[in-house]
Amino acid sequence: MWNYERRLQFPVNIKEPNAKLAQVIISQFGGPDGELAASQRYLSQRYATPYREVAGILTDIGTEELAHMEMVSAIVHQLTRNLSMEEIEKSGFNKYYVDHTLGLWPQAAGGVPFNACFFQSKGDVITDLFEDMAADATTTKEQPTISRSQKPLI
Amino acid sequence: MRQIQGNEHSRMLKDIGIISFVLVELTQYLDTHPYDKQAMEYFNHYARIEKQMKQEFASRYYPLNAALSQDQKEWNWALAPMPWEGGC
Repeated sequence: MWNYERRLQFPVNIKEPNAKLAQVIISQFGGPDGELAASQRYLSQRYATPYREVAGILTDIGTEELAHMEMVSAIVHQLTRNLSMEEIEKSGFNKYYVDHTLGLWPQAAGGVPFNACFFQSKGDVITDLFEDMAADATTTKEQPTISRSQKPLI
Repeated sequence: MRQIQGNEHSRMLKDIGIISFVLVELTQYLDTHPYDKQAMEYFNHYARIEKQMKQEFASRYYPLNAALSQDQKEWNWALAPMPWEGGC
């Protein structure tokens, strides 16, 4: 089971909403290399390993990914908080807004919904660990791409 | 619940965040090095401090986990701000 801790792993305090940026950052929530996929990857794969230590670390990493997902979600939420209709139209956020208003919904930056096909769980520990390493490399690629393409958040 | 605006609340949360990150990392190290006595010493040391800090935070503001609640008059697990609200 899990226990909720009422704090973010790292605090998020965004001063100004920015719907344009939110549409990019949301990929780190529900996109192919996002934190939702990361958490479900480790937490699904852990059952198939014959090694208890590996099952343990997959559990703890999967749990930490949930904490990352919560931070990214907080960023998207704060970037879209109190938007005016004009900002929604101007930023292109209207295409998200029509379906979800300001609710949080896991999707990629291009609008593709979250999909379990973003990760694999093969029932073989070596296959799964290689999949984990590949996934980890995509994240180290995507996160700098986002920060290079945007002005600082705060 | 005491007033949570002000620096003390966020300073305490920041310190808890730092020490808890150390524990997350040590936990993941120990997952694959379960006989490393030095790592266990580190873990036990910081786990003790973290526990004290969380108890102190719960008595001043609100429990970070429902099990840490010391409330008798008002149930702050329901009343306290959610972490994604920011600004506190």
